[in-house]
Amino acid sequence: MSKRIGMEVAIAAAEAAALCRFDVAAVYPITPQSHVAEHLSDIVADGRIDAEFITVESEHSALSSAIGAAGTGARVVTATSSQGLMYMHEVLPIASAMRLPIVMIIANRAVSGPLNIWNDHTDIMHERDTGWISLFAQNGQEVVDMTIQAFKIGEHRDVMLPVNVNMDGFQLTHMVEPILMPEQEEVDKFLPAYKPYAMVHPDTPVSMGTLAMPEFYAEALKAKDMAMAASRKIIAQVWKDWEKQFGRKYEPIEAHRAEDAEVLMLTMGSMGETAEIAINELRKHGVKAGLLKLKLWRPFPFEELKKLTKNAKVLVVTDRAVSFGGPGGPVCGEVKAALYDEPNRPKIVNYLIGLGGRDLTISDFVDMMKRAAEATKKMPAEAYEYYGVRE
Amino acid sequence: MIEVRWHGRGGQGAVTSVEMLALAAIEEGKFAQGFPSFGPERRGAPVTAFNRVDDHQIKLRSGIYNPDVVVVLDESLISLVNVTEGLKPDGVLIVNTTRSAKELAKLLNYSGKIATVDALGIARQELGVPITNTTMLGALIKVTNVVKLDSVKGPIEHRFGRIAQKNMNALQRAHKEVKLNYK
Repeated sequence: MSKRIGMEVAIAAAEAAALCRFDVAAVYPITPQSHVAEHLSDIVADGRIDAEFITVESEHSALSSAIGAAGTGARVVTATSSQGLMYMHEVLPIASAMRLPIVMIIANRAVSGPLNIWNDHTDIMHERDTGWISLFAQNGQEVVDMTIQAFKIGEHRDVMLPVNVNMDGFQLTHMVEPILMPEQEEVDKFLPAYKPYAMVHPDTPVSMGTLAMPEFYAEALKAKDMAMAASRKIIAQVWKDWEKQFGRKYEPIEAHRAEDAEVLMLTMGSMGETAEIAINELRKHGVKAGLLKLKLWRPFPFEELKKLTKNAKVLVVTDRAVSFGGPGGPVCGEVKAALYDEPNRPKIVNYLIGLGGRDLTISDFVDMMKRAAEATKKMPAEAYEYYGVRE
Repeated sequence: MIEVRWHGRGGQGAVTSVEMLALAAIEEGKFAQGFPSFGPERRGAPVTAFNRVDDHQIKLRSGIYNPDVVVVLDESLISLVNVTEGLKPDGVLIVNTTRSAKELAKLLNYSGKIATVDALGIARQELGVPITNTTMLGALIKVTNVVKLDSVKGPIEHRFGRIAQKNMNALQRAHKEVKLNYK
């Protein structure tokens, strides 16, 4: 039986990684980090699991070391945030090209310019096309569950891709809240030992991270994309297994009162919980409001989104990142692409919200929903709006 | 749901207080959040930290703007920070002070409920250091009954180890000595 405990979410994420019996953690402790790094270090230093903690001189080296370790067949975890993730950027597509199922726990935060350490989703949006599976948690429980699920998804022979687990910086990382922490035996049952497809070892010589000439480069990218596509089925299976064993259901898009909703809102991350309260309030006042919480950012759940939005008149897409000079926030761009061919697609209103730690209250979500219904009356509206931002 | 805002200075343990309270509530089977004011902290600078405690799952993840309770760990803050800002009309202000509630009410131009305790004096005697976080937690528990006194014992033992008993002593004294000079 899982144990109900109170714990800071960042520490709980590290505990979840420990339950997965990682072999190696390679982490750089600052710029900025969360408690994930120091707690992984504590776990290894205290000898709680048989693992190595590699102290490195930068995030670039952290992920490079993670790749080296994963190449030897180790189960590897790393963690970073914001500028640190950007510093890792160069190495991210290499990890996925080498098909190494590293798990990265990301405390999502804004990126500098101006300097800001608070929460938004800018950091991960820059990594969208690096070939990593991206999961988004809305609370501490999901951070723990997804960290464990991430190893099983990434390590599946049909996938073999790295996975990042996204948790909102501060809003989740610094929050002490109740969590059902699975027992070791439960996790052992769920997650078998990692059996790598190939590993660098004198007995099994193999070349990893090789050069691909123009004759092969495109094939390598296509193979990665096919693995990403194949992961949809595996993710669904792993989530089914999880539900069966732990009783908590996971879906690429969690719907809340969406069936008969005329106005839908789509959120990603922890703001989904506050938005849920707003939806319930609107329902009390007779507004047919519903909520879609996106939990799977890559691979993007196109089919699920089409199905869930087909009866809605208006879809409010919230974005916690900016695509400068683009069609709107990065989530909205995907949503519009997903629905373009649908005969009965809803009108879409895009709000850029919660940037750089700007707080989001229940009334903000209520207000956005009300205004969106109005906004669609004067279509074509602006492509997107910075909600509550001064001129 | 009860919402609490703690005022302290960086290093005085306001964040530890919110953690202890959240853990105690969760241990009782309740739902709770404990979180710092998000952002960088500097030793000595005014800081805030927050709690939510409820019998039901807490989904609200916005900041706390209208707390039911405000706890002030350091009296010198009352001339620097508007500690009663947003405090609900039927809420309560709990201050570490040797002044009377009446005096504070006048000083703060505040007409709501005020509870006072000489947490600094208690902490100096019981802990030998002027750190009032666990002491003020005792006062908060007495005033609000948000958790049972026994429920904080586990979290405090886990957090403070060999100085846990001293912290419990300070906490229990504040629980006994806090003056509920409700208006």
